[in-house]
Amino acid sequence: MVIMAEPVGGRFGDFGGRFVPETLVPACEELEAAFCSAWADQEFRGELNRLLADYAGRPSPLTECHRLSEELGLRLLLKREDLNHTGSHKINNVLGQALLAVRMGKTRLVAETGAGQHGVATATAAALLGLDCVVYMGEFDMERQALNVFRMQLLGAEVRAAVSGSRTLKDAINEAMRDWVATMESSHYCLGSVMGPHPYPWMVRELHRVIGDEAREQCRRLLGKDPDVVTACVGGGSNAIGIFSGFVDGDAELVGVEPAGGAAIGRGVPGVVHGSKSFLMQDEHGQVLEAESISAGLDYPGIGPEHSHLAAIGRATYESVTDDEVVAAFELMSRAEGIIPALEPAHALAWVSRAREKLAGRAVLLNLSGRGDKDVDQMMGRLKPDSGSDGDDGPMG
Amino acid sequence: MSAEVGPLEAALRARRSRGGKALVPYLTGGLGDWQGALAAAADAGADAVEVGIPFSDPVIDGPVIQQANDRALAAGATPLGVLDSVGRLDIGVPLAVMTYYNIAFRFGLERFASVLADQGVAAAILPDLPLEEAGPWTEAADAAGVETVLLATPTASDERLGRICARTRGFVYGVGLLGVTGVRDELAASAVVMAERLKQMTDLPVLVGVGVGTPEQAEEVCRVADGAVVGSAVVRRMLDDGGPMAVGELVGRFRRALD
Ligand SMILES: Cc1ncc(COP(=O)(O)O)c(C=O)c1O
Repeated sequence: MVIMAEPVGGRFGDFGGRFVPETLVPACEELEAAFCSAWADQEFRGELNRLLADYAGRPSPLTECHRLSEELGLRLLLKREDLNHTGSHKINNVLGQALLAVRMGKTRLVAETGAGQHGVATATAAALLGLDCVVYMGEFDMERQALNVFRMQLLGAEVRAAVSGSRTLKDAINEAMRDWVATMESSHYCLGSVMGPHPYPWMVRELHRVIGDEAREQCRRLLGKDPDVVTACVGGGSNAIGIFSGFVDGDAELVGVEPAGGAAIGRGVPGVVHGSKSFLMQDEHGQVLEAESISAGLDYPGIGPEHSHLAAIGRATYESVTDDEVVAAFELMSRAEGIIPALEPAHALAWVSRAREKLAGRAVLLNLSGRGDKDVDQMMGRLKPDSGSDGDDGPMG
Repeated sequence: MSAEVGPLEAALRARRSRGGKALVPYLTGGLGDWQGALAAAADAGADAVEVGIPFSDPVIDGPVIQQANDRALAAGATPLGVLDSVGRLDIGVPLAVMTYYNIAFRFGLERFASVLADQGVAAAILPDLPLEEAGPWTEAADAAGVETVLLATPTASDERLGRICARTRGFVYGVGLLGVTGVRDELAASAVVMAERLKQMTDLPVLVGVGVGTPEQAEEVCRVADGAVVGSAVVRRMLDDGGPMAVGELVGRFRRALD
């Protein structure tokens, strides 16, 4: 069965859709048509593949973690999206969307960002292709990911603070959508995950499918088969969908890992926000709850609609881990493998570590979606509080 | 098309057939003395009033209505609380509720529609529920006798505007510009164009809102449109703690500009 087909009408089972202000409907339709035509165009695909190889550094390696495997009693493989240019998987999606924006005649990219990785990737692609770039970022995230704010500015982007609500990713998305409503004629909204209105969840998945396609080939070469378990952290869910897409039609167990403070599937019920129907943390009145996670990139109360569908049909399961477990995993991978992970994929390792007995002896593929450089300051504040760093990992008063 | 004309459409048609222009202020439910402000707006000559049920993520609203939402929520406003109070008011003009789709979805669409009907609310406006997604809601609303007002925007093709005009009830809400709610210095040229396009297409009352912030701008757009919706300017008065009197005073100024 083909589980990840093209979603008809933007639906993944009961989820997805296009719940946007009327103004944006024609913009979404234009984008859908443009993506369909580009994706079927070998010249476009060739140009994207060239950029992914020569600029972003694909294919990313598969690394077998011998010391960690021994420590955990299983066989751990990492898909090294942390080694991509700009430091995370986000660049796969952004290069595709930026090329598409140029193809549509747009001159400006608008983006939201949580940890800043998607913002940095978007600012990078804008610099590369000569586009203007505005990135919205929650004010609180600008404090805890200050390094990425400066990176975006160095790259020539304007970073605008989202000052409402929790001042994190959810609020940055609101601001980016408000911008797009007013500027859609000249601007492309470069959404950073498999969420939002159709065609984004599908388009962003297709642009990240390369992760799973490469990983499947790499695993078959190394293991002679698919891994037993494929795991990834889930904010909106793009790196997870990317790697799942290579294995969804096989037998591997698929496990998404959410932060306990932003567990849309773990703690949510179906709702509609930011353009699609999906699981959502909300109160009994339908007000969206504010997520609270150590990781700015996962600090989001919703999740992409295809994950809700995969959960509903039982093809993937979703676990959640606490901030403390994540910090322990962050240190564990750094010491045992010489790889400082981003806090986001440290969530996936935290689950593997917790579930090690159940996973004993099995081959586990973990999508290492990003590197930890951006988190070093924040972790210094937490792990060495008297070091003089002002890195803070709790909401500022 | 349903043969029955609902109370909102009837009120707006009545204003038009008297040769007048309709005025529909918006205000945020749960914010300060909003019930007093509703009554004051009606007394000052509103043909209908829109009441916002605050939502945590008002994506089509600018800073003024965002702030109003936040304050109302912080003061404990809930959908049922707002609707209960509305049911106990009798301001003499039809009421429309404006909120985001998740509020209705979480409530349960049929239940939300029937609560609106029970509380005497004539119409609903859900700005993040476009035509293609509106089916389940309009079915519930039609069954309960609640008029669903759809928005029409400058980005829509004529073909799309035609479909919107065919499905909307009460009136067709022409959005005056590309952008979020808020007061601008001048009326956007797109507001008049929007009104012209819609007037050629439908006999329903055509009201323009979003970016209509002063009595002069309302007068300007109503040279073509059948009426205007005024949101942020009214809510600004509420945020400034002007109370019902200030709201009534402002609505009165819009009324005189349109008469
Ligand atoms: C390294 C990394 N991984 C994961 C995420 C979360 O996004 P998604 O769930 O779409 O993969 C982010 C977001 O900022 C990130 O920077």
